[in-house]
Amino acid sequence: MLKKKIKENIIETSLFLCAIFSIFITVSIVIVLSYESFGFFKKIPIIEFLTGTEWTPLFAEPKFGILPLVTGTLLITFIALLVALPVGLITAVYLSEYAPHKFRETVKPMLELLEAVPTVVYGYFALLFLTPILQKIIPDLAGFNALSPGIIIGIMIIPYVSSVSEDAMRAVPMHIREGSYAMGATKFQTAFKVIIPAAFSGIAAAFIMGISRAIGETMVVAIAAGMMPNFTANPFEPIQTLTAYIVQVSLGDVPHGTIEYQTIFAAGITLFFMTLILNIIGYWLKKRIRELY
Amino acid sequence: MEDIKKKIKENELKDHIFAIIGLMSTFVGLILLFVLFVDLFIDGAPRLSYKFLTSFPSRFPDEAGILSALVGTFLVMLVTAFAAIPLGVGAGIYLEEYARKNWLTNILEINISNLAGVPSIIYGLLALGLFVYFFRLGESILTGGLALALLILPIVIMSTREAIRAIPNSIREASYALGATKWQTVQWHILPYSIGGILTGIIIGLSRAIGETAPIITVGALTFIAFLPTSPFSSDFPFLSFKWLLDPFTVLPIQMFNWVSRPQKEFHLNAAAAGIILMVMTLIMNALAIYIRYRFRKKIKW
Amino acid sequence: MIEKSIKTLKAESKSLNFFYGTLHALKNVSMPLEINKVTALIGPSGCGKTTFLRCFNRMHDLYPHNRYEGEIILYPDTINILSPSVDPIEVRMRISMVFQKPNPFPKSIYENVAYGLKVRGIRNKKTLDEKVEKSLRGAALWDEVKDRLNNSAFDLSGGQQQRLCIARALATDPEILLFDEPTSALDPIATSKIEELIIELKKRVTILIVTHNMQQAARISDWTGFMMLGELIEFDKTDKLFTAPAEKLTEDYITGRFG
Repeated sequence: MLKKKIKENIIETSLFLCAIFSIFITVSIVIVLSYESFGFFKKIPIIEFLTGTEWTPLFAEPKFGILPLVTGTLLITFIALLVALPVGLITAVYLSEYAPHKFRETVKPMLELLEAVPTVVYGYFALLFLTPILQKIIPDLAGFNALSPGIIIGIMIIPYVSSVSEDAMRAVPMHIREGSYAMGATKFQTAFKVIIPAAFSGIAAAFIMGISRAIGETMVVAIAAGMMPNFTANPFEPIQTLTAYIVQVSLGDVPHGTIEYQTIFAAGITLFFMTLILNIIGYWLKKRIRELY
Repeated sequence: MEDIKKKIKENELKDHIFAIIGLMSTFVGLILLFVLFVDLFIDGAPRLSYKFLTSFPSRFPDEAGILSALVGTFLVMLVTAFAAIPLGVGAGIYLEEYARKNWLTNILEINISNLAGVPSIIYGLLALGLFVYFFRLGESILTGGLALALLILPIVIMSTREAIRAIPNSIREASYALGATKWQTVQWHILPYSIGGILTGIIIGLSRAIGETAPIITVGALTFIAFLPTSPFSSDFPFLSFKWLLDPFTVLPIQMFNWVSRPQKEFHLNAAAAGIILMVMTLIMNALAIYIRYRFRKKIKW
Repeated sequence: MIEKSIKTLKAESKSLNFFYGTLHALKNVSMPLEINKVTALIGPSGCGKTTFLRCFNRMHDLYPHNRYEGEIILYPDTINILSPSVDPIEVRMRISMVFQKPNPFPKSIYENVAYGLKVRGIRNKKTLDEKVEKSLRGAALWDEVKDRLNNSAFDLSGGQQQRLCIARALATDPEILLFDEPTSALDPIATSKIEELIIELKKRVTILIVTHNMQQAARISDWTGFMMLGELIEFDKTDKLFTAPAEKLTEDYITGRFG
């Protein structure tokens, strides 16, 4: 009996350590990013970092303004959202309110495949397939530009936006739908006037977490957007995102401890906090809809 | 009355139009996926050959192959699986079967859901700071595998939890009522009945890891490797060697990235060929995951 | 008076109180269980009868914020099974339980019955075979399943599944068998089979059964307790309680004035 108890305790403790390990990951991320960027901010004032409009750390006369990378990231995100939000939401409404059960069960795993495709393959597609096609429509589109990777990222995150939104809509109880149908409303009216408002916080969570994904996406932009930290809102020009900058530096041989090495952690911590805030808001909204119904 | 009839007609028309738009938008992504595959196939298929699979990268596009990348991908996945599966499944079991509802459990939950949303490149920076420089593991297979293990850990944890949650509480009570301990219950009931869902999560996690490029670039995987890591088998006792864990490496997505980034068209064809292999691997893994989920759902109906 | 007519006690609760967090679910319940007899608990839903039953094998320990006060004494060794120093797992090995809805494991029929034995570390194939057969016979299921012991328990009908759960509980030779409304999910024919089985079983095991069905209590039990709002209102010989209840509340309930 005692032996059994000891065994149970050992097992419980090991499982607990597995669970606690996830906290260790988060803490390590924060420590590593802060430690390395601390070295950076000792040399570069944080005001200059946050307000400077030129990012040329690898030049002979380096400038360390993060704004071009942030605007580049936001521009890509904005284009991606223009694609993913409407298509994702309409897909979610269709799957949740219109599609027969069997259709939904077949299509959903297929949509998940969109998320499964390696991002480097999407990058290939953006650079060598979509950009040449877009160039035929928009003659002054540069070979590297924000538009093409933005669209591709948008398509990549459609399944994510649609599945989280759909879950939220399906969490709305049947009797609320029946209340609307009983008044003679069509599916379309029920979906847009009753279900979407009722599932609003869940849909908002889907949007916000979609934004977070687009901000963090790396390879598509690293391949197809060029590596030019332009302070611009023009989607036809080459740009650089926070993530792509980290890739660019990592590809070169940057010695540990130099300011170039530290810049990627400064860019990383900026990225981490942008996504952290979005993820926490998203988690909170998702939890709210679960508590609501 | 006429007015109402007209209004109903109008409403129904809108309804039908939306149904068509909805169906179209559902298929937008899938059609694109199909086009992507066809495009990749047209470009890359002529390059696929036995020689392509068994050659090292080269300056000459016609002679270049993906041997070192394939071996690297395999070994990195081995490390990832060994680290992520026990940790992820263990954490999932703890959270579902052992954890009491308290502040610590709450923090663990928020934390895991947040980790799932951390961009993959951040895991690369973590691995760079922690594994490469702090633990001095170098730019090695071990570092790459561990970085990817951290990345897919939330996926494994969340799918383990979901699979366990599907088991009705009456089963747990039946087991406890017979005098089983917690671990006996987990070992004989919880794990066997949720193994389908857990496997699905593991495979999906690994398929995500296979395609990941960004964190591997950050930890400094080389893009040009014309040799293989040390063999895991040695001729002397104990016949197994772990030296390969600390060898430099490259993986398939990095090889593809390297070829895409070159200006020459010929290398783009190599990239497409590598892309086909990569796509086929991830699609097979995902199909397998869907199949396992389907089989287990059919086998056990609560 | 009651104490006198009980020859040998198997267990008794003494001033048992139970709390779900702050909810006071059982209030000072004292009730004996006579050895090798069937004791039934009746009462309106939410009266605490299932809560009381689940105290006997410490099922409440599985969930947080539950608290016992008072004692349940198990004879002949006279231990208080609610005492924190007593391992709930040991209690559950001696006192088995059959649930409201049949809950077989999604394993083979054989594996289901052998489970409790394996929990005790019995691995010998011959012993397992013998015990499984004996328990299935004891649960009047052997003839129906002896040719398909390796089939999934999920292939059985609801009534068969419940008898399988009884066999599973019997396999470990428990001293007390707890039944929590065991027939509420079954049709009348399956119900009567289970009732016959319970009467047969009391020859070798003490039985405590919760039922929502007064006729069932009258048919199968020797003793009956009537509970309301967490209190044991009346406890007596079954024929006495149903024909000449001492309490007005009991009379109102059994004559259907509320419920």
